[in-house]
Amino acid sequence: MGSLKVFKSLVIDSLDIITHGTKKYHLWMAFLTAVMLAGMYCYSIQVEEGLSVTGMTNRVSWGLYISNFTFLVGVAAAAVMLVMPTYVLHDVDFKRAVLIGEGLAVAALLMCLAFVVADMGGPNVLWHMIPGIGVFNFPNSMLTWDVLVLNGYLFINITIPFYILFRHYQNKEALAKVYVPGAILSVFWAVGIHLVTAFLYQGLQARPYWNNALLGPRFLASAFAAGPALIILVLAMIRSHTDFKIEDKTIKKIALVVTVAAQINLIMLVSELFKEFYAPTHHSESAYYLFFGLHGKNALMPWIWTAIPLNILATVVLTFHKLRNNLTILYICCFLLFVAIWIEKGFGLIVPGFIPGPYGKIAEYLPTGIEIGVTLGIWAMGAFVFTILARTAVEIETGKLRYKKK
Amino acid sequence: MSEKKNKWFSLKLSNKKKVPQDTGSCGCGKKSGGCGSHASTEVAKPVDGFDQVMGATMDRRNAFKQLTASLLVGAGAISTSCSVTSDDAAKEKAQIDWEEQFKGNYKLMSDDEKKATVDRLVRSHQIRTQDTLDMSSKTAEEGVLFGYAFNISKCQGYMDCVSACVTENNQDRNSQMEYIRIHEMKDGQGINFGEADDNYYHEVPAEGHFYVGTQCFHCDNPPCVEVCPVQATWKEPDGIVVVDYDWCVGCRYCMAACPYDGRRFNWSKPEVPKEEINKNQHYLGNRLRKKGVMEKCTFCIQRSRDGKNPACVEACPTGARVFGNLLDPNSTIRWVLENKKVFRLKEDLGTEPKFWYYMD
Repeated sequence: MGSLKVFKSLVIDSLDIITHGTKKYHLWMAFLTAVMLAGMYCYSIQVEEGLSVTGMTNRVSWGLYISNFTFLVGVAAAAVMLVMPTYVLHDVDFKRAVLIGEGLAVAALLMCLAFVVADMGGPNVLWHMIPGIGVFNFPNSMLTWDVLVLNGYLFINITIPFYILFRHYQNKEALAKVYVPGAILSVFWAVGIHLVTAFLYQGLQARPYWNNALLGPRFLASAFAAGPALIILVLAMIRSHTDFKIEDKTIKKIALVVTVAAQINLIMLVSELFKEFYAPTHHSESAYYLFFGLHGKNALMPWIWTAIPLNILATVVLTFHKLRNNLTILYICCFLLFVAIWIEKGFGLIVPGFIPGPYGKIAEYLPTGIEIGVTLGIWAMGAFVFTILARTAVEIETGKLRYKKK
Repeated sequence: MSEKKNKWFSLKLSNKKKVPQDTGSCGCGKKSGGCGSHASTEVAKPVDGFDQVMGATMDRRNAFKQLTASLLVGAGAISTSCSVTSDDAAKEKAQIDWEEQFKGNYKLMSDDEKKATVDRLVRSHQIRTQDTLDMSSKTAEEGVLFGYAFNISKCQGYMDCVSACVTENNQDRNSQMEYIRIHEMKDGQGINFGEADDNYYHEVPAEGHFYVGTQCFHCDNPPCVEVCPVQATWKEPDGIVVVDYDWCVGCRYCMAACPYDGRRFNWSKPEVPKEEINKNQHYLGNRLRKKGVMEKCTFCIQRSRDGKNPACVEACPTGARVFGNLLDPNSTIRWVLENKKVFRLKEDLGTEPKFWYYMD
């Protein structure tokens, strides 16, 4: 009863906080709302007309939605790179950043689920997939594994920060024995969500471009580069806009994580390219299409040739301590890396899987305006959710938001 | 050749083994539960679990039914007070739509439930269009395993099979959906799909070319079935890989998993002109589809289960297409497999297609 009262008070207080702020804050939220509304309008058209309003066809049957889904699973998984040092290795430097990381994971997971729903042909019969009510093809279908791990990870990442913030809100210490088991579980779970998502593609013998043992590890490496890179950018933003103190030391430690992951990712990229191009087989055609185009069709070339140089540039720059420790350069590199991996793991991974088709047919894919509208709307939704979560968390952590007993 | 024979035998044996087990758990011995998956006792058990889940679904559905009934009473009270000639048909249609929305997976339905949903669909179509359909829920016969063979030497690329397929199976005319693709290949290049043209518009047979048709191969080990998150697609006991259009959620994972380009998606609402609708339908076959679901070749299940050839076989003017029961030693298909040098596409993937190619 008591905690219910506190919870009610917390909800009221946080509502109060998220509806008040500087002019900049209101503009930001208004902007996100406008983009979300535009996205919803686009989605309403898609629901009405069917997926034919997207660029997808019987030849390339997954596109922008599934690309973003795949990438964002990685962003969500990256929270583990802050959770593990904080809760398991007890590194105090990460302590302040970890709640932000978990908030980012929650927002990323909600975006993942939204992208999957947006991609469905029959969103009104999605209850067929709910275990117990529908028919859940577990363990045969990797998609059911993905449903389980993503929702489980979402649950973990909501409950742990909530518990901690809830205790702090009441001026109490969060009890380690309550949340540390959950934190340890979330470390394994994070690796799980990304491996399972990789297996979703890796397990298809029909698509040689995906049916590749390196896909899972490569997913992890790129996720642990892109995700913390985003966290650094977000922390930089929070640092400059609020009183929340995040020390340089924290950001530099996360930067080290980004650097190592980006280096490993680059090694794997080289290994993949070597395999595809040193002794090209019939199965290398997708990679050929991606990098050089096939039979004059080369829609993805500009994308991949943007991504690869950005990736290499950012990784090389980050490798030098002197450059990495300069925060401005670090932020730029993080941004470049984020964009590069978004291209490479989104578009660059999903679309070439379908090109050439099972009988060698090359049909290209370009997203339509409506598809892009829905995608932007979902990203805005993620940013919106994250802003709300982060603001509440920051207010509690800086001690401004406390439960007042009456 | 003997190796090939072994393969049918293994199919046959597994089929035989499965039947008695299924009669125990599912009553009917042909449909439901384990029919789509592997023939082993371990698999048969969890299927019971699904059946139990379906039991729960029925309860929920009854709850919905009662809820609807009470809603209808309320709505009826209002409408009778307002309009004189009440729209009984509209009411009935609402009831049908409601029950259809919350029905279970066809694969796990009992015979009575299958019949009930077919009746509802026929009635719903009648209310909407004043037209009567003949829709079947006929199950697979015992001792039948369908297979197909394609004679590369005979095919001239006329594409009569393609148009017969479209007409027979009520495919969307707007997007020109076709299950069959005929690939035109150049003499001297061998069977080279990469160089082939599957979208030609010239007179055939073109000089110096030969033709190879592809469609769903109804694999014995179908990857599309494994990946479906909701078991909306499965292999029937007579070997036909089918889709429950009402259970499919439209994720298109099966499409990504198919190595043979055998599946098609309804990107928008499929349209068939009223006068062109084939009214001889099967629930798992050519009944009218809706937007956002998968569909595919079903070996014309509405014809083949009635002992007829699929439309493509019947339409082929050159006799390049052979269809029949692999378990019947006197069938033409068995003769072809035993006497011709047959091969299948992408055998290295382990999908075991039941679609063979041969030459004269």
